[in-house]
Amino acid sequence: MSEITEVPSPFCGIGTDDLTIKVDGLKISVVENGCAVNTPAFEQEITDLKPRINGKEVELNEAVSHAASLLKNTNFPVIGGCATDVNGMRGLLALADRTGAVVDNANFNNARKNILALQDVGWMNTTLAEIKNRCEVLLIVGVDLEGFAPRFFEKYLWNEAMFLENTSEREIIYLGAKPSGNASTSPSGKTAQVFECETENLPEVVTVLRALVKGQTIQAESVAGISIADLQTIAEKLKNAKYGVVTWAAGALAYSHAELTVQTISEMVKDLNQTTRCSGFPLGGKEGDQTANQVCGWTTGYAARVSFAKGYPEYDPFLFETNALLDNGEADALVWVNAFNAKANPPRTSLPTIVVARSGMTFEKEPDVFIPVGTPAIDHVGHAYRLDNVVAIRLKKLRDSGLPSTAEVLNAIEQVLREESVC
Amino acid sequence: MLIRLTGGTVYDPASGIDGKQQDIYIQNGKIIDKPVGDFQVDKEYDLKGKVVMSGAIDMHTHIGGGKGNIARTLLPEDHRNDPVASTHICRSGCGHAAPSTFITGYRYAEMGYTAGFEPAVLPINARQAHMEMGDIPILDKGGYVLMGSDDYLLRMLTAKKDQKAINDYVAWTMNAAKAIGVKVVNPGGINAFKFNQRKLDLDEQNSHYNVTPRQILQVLATAVKEIGVSHPLHVHGCNLGVPGNIETTLDTIQGIGGLPMHLTHIQFHSYGTEGDFKFSSGATYIAEAVNKHKNITIDVGQILFGQTVTASGDNMRQHANNKFANPAKWVTMDIECDAGCGVVPFKYKDQNFVNALQWAIGLETFLLVDDPWRIFLTTDHPNGAPFTSYPHLIRLLMDRTFRNDVLSTIHPEAQKMTTLASIEREYTLQEIAIMTRAGAAKLIGLENRGGLSAGNWADITVYTDDVDRQKMFEKPDYVFKDGELVVVDGKVVHSKWGTTHVVRPDYDKSIEKDLRVYFDKYLTMKLDNFKISDDEITEDGRGSLTTHSLNPIT
Repeated sequence: MSEITEVPSPFCGIGTDDLTIKVDGLKISVVENGCAVNTPAFEQEITDLKPRINGKEVELNEAVSHAASLLKNTNFPVIGGCATDVNGMRGLLALADRTGAVVDNANFNNARKNILALQDVGWMNTTLAEIKNRCEVLLIVGVDLEGFAPRFFEKYLWNEAMFLENTSEREIIYLGAKPSGNASTSPSGKTAQVFECETENLPEVVTVLRALVKGQTIQAESVAGISIADLQTIAEKLKNAKYGVVTWAAGALAYSHAELTVQTISEMVKDLNQTTRCSGFPLGGKEGDQTANQVCGWTTGYAARVSFAKGYPEYDPFLFETNALLDNGEADALVWVNAFNAKANPPRTSLPTIVVARSGMTFEKEPDVFIPVGTPAIDHVGHAYRLDNVVAIRLKKLRDSGLPSTAEVLNAIEQVLREESVC
Repeated sequence: MLIRLTGGTVYDPASGIDGKQQDIYIQNGKIIDKPVGDFQVDKEYDLKGKVVMSGAIDMHTHIGGGKGNIARTLLPEDHRNDPVASTHICRSGCGHAAPSTFITGYRYAEMGYTAGFEPAVLPINARQAHMEMGDIPILDKGGYVLMGSDDYLLRMLTAKKDQKAINDYVAWTMNAAKAIGVKVVNPGGINAFKFNQRKLDLDEQNSHYNVTPRQILQVLATAVKEIGVSHPLHVHGCNLGVPGNIETTLDTIQGIGGLPMHLTHIQFHSYGTEGDFKFSSGATYIAEAVNKHKNITIDVGQILFGQTVTASGDNMRQHANNKFANPAKWVTMDIECDAGCGVVPFKYKDQNFVNALQWAIGLETFLLVDDPWRIFLTTDHPNGAPFTSYPHLIRLLMDRTFRNDVLSTIHPEAQKMTTLASIEREYTLQEIAIMTRAGAAKLIGLENRGGLSAGNWADITVYTDDVDRQKMFEKPDYVFKDGELVVVDGKVVHSKWGTTHVVRPDYDKSIEKDLRVYFDKYLTMKLDNFKISDDEITEDGRGSLTTHSLNPIT
């Protein structure tokens, strides 16, 4: 039995690295600084140690060979999920390049809302340490922040800061969604201001807020149940803050063309920077989504929805969606990769299916090949990106499970295909 | 295996060889003296009539790190014009302004380059910089760690910590980030922007810390020298792109008081305010100052016409220039009480007066600085132009007729504002070899690279002499990396992995005590999780680390 301190987590997105974890054989217990997201993710038990072909346990090399044989003569395989560490993504992209596959991160439909806004107008964003030390006003748009990351307030707002005398006086404003608990109440008892509206009304509300920031006159007295006077107060607070931050979670903006909301927020932040400082802060980074976009970004030039079918990477944020390609009959095989979450099952399909996933995944329909892999940050070292996109965290190995890494498995499959293509 | 390169005309400034016919022997990846007695050559290349140089080294190119990946993600339309398919040897990717990592490695190698150095490695983003560079094949690489806008250093200066304490912090940061040099970008300006300052002159105080850029330059240049790092402090100065910044740049040179200092992409810092458009060339003054001050080295940051993207740590200046974004989209970030970044796409146009004069200012600088050992060929990739434009730039430097032909096509008012037409100098092959090989290796402090004498690693490029220098330099006959043939006739025939060059200056280990308190209180990562271990670079079996010597500490 051993105790490991300062353990970084790839699960919560905010790069928590102060966990203390007890390891007893294969059993993991978070003993300090756990939360509702990290603790279950770390403590999930290993159930499978051996790969399976059609439900029958086999050795790893047999599973690898069989996976390669299933991919060998495909024309348009899809590699979905794409939830793994940096080395896993490197192996995944090499395999996609070899097989002419589509690479599609499971969270891309959410990430797309940010990426489309980025590719249309750009933005001015910030990172966690700047929030921790500078943020005077935090405007939270359309998301329950403590539900997203339970320790966000404790770690990054109710702390000692370099440039604020008393962080308890920070202004926390919820627009749209309301908080699920009291984490946003400061240690001195200051509570967040909450202006609720229906999620699908956020486009109107955010647009009016931007107009007020720009000093436009609004004739209406309220929008989606929020009074213009209240929105005017928010606008003034942002304008008067030395350093404001506006945060949102693309996943929570659950309506079509939410990229336009992200764009409006980003443009509003730019407007505010004509006179003061303010930054945007998109929430995300869970289960390797930021990692997938980063590694795919430097390997192909594009975020993680790319086809290699033509021999070179092609990016289309809509056409290359896993479910669409499975449903419309274009795809002819599925590789599903998720090293972080045993509950993130592959989509239903009758196509040949190879699953490279966290030990413990259960299936309605047994895939042709299932290879249980180790989880980065538990079974092997690795790297993962935090939500703020700049910071990659170094993941530790906590135990010896003998499970291979995603990279080892995908590299082995690619190696078999490479040797066959040379012969 | 013993390889002989027979009869080539060798340009090896590191050994003082200027166009002499001689054989080169390669064994176990390195250049060796001709073996004594009987020996068998396993593989011979007949290089009679060919030009032989060591592999070229780009000492300032943005090839690894977060801002580059933001630039990639920002510009799918640019990649779509330059898709690169995989082959049985090479991975696929994209090229042009913000090329993918694999294509970066292949295209550099295909121009005869065997090493590239990322000049702006934010300590907190160093992991990413190394991971991206870890996916650049063939090339050796390394990074200069960015300091000077980090709150820790500014707090030290406000607290009047002594130089020794700053030396320890700089050395610690270099070790933690696995760097070979130290860079400062708009000294203190990235930090000042977070306090809503929009400009910061050399003697202007940061509104919170009351520290000036001049103080930051002084302590960092001193630290780099005193901890024994070969590469002088690498400086992206104040007021980038601002008309009239020539005064700041001259003051920066004068003010450093003889300490070694490298001024990077100096073209962007050489602007006067004369003429009808209040924008003029300061290249003559810059060249005069560089010629006079032997402690100063520069690289040019030449601009070349066409679409590119600017990616810089200098978010203060990038934000100020966002109205020039073309296409009209841009990104800035404040980063981790460490630094920042700004990404602004640019299209330099030969019929735009300012752009045309920027082009002429860069060339004037190249041609007016006397000592090729103290000036380096860069476009500040991709900020002035993508690195793939180097052969064109070399032709502009080596061929006066060609240069003047291009000059005659640019904005007419810019033609009137430059002395370029009257400058007769044409760079020689030896001078090109100095700027892009021997000089670069010496400046960075690379041992056994950048030369062709025995003991050097066999990074070798072979060209066919051609009066059209662009044609010559864009398609070498052969490129060898560590003795392995990687390029034939300008195409990659074999891929391998280069090493990562670092230095590891000593520091007083007790400085971690204060740093740990600071990390726990104000930052978002544990100190021990912040430091990059050797394993992180080597564990995938492809990467390696090469540690270079330090200067004796006086």
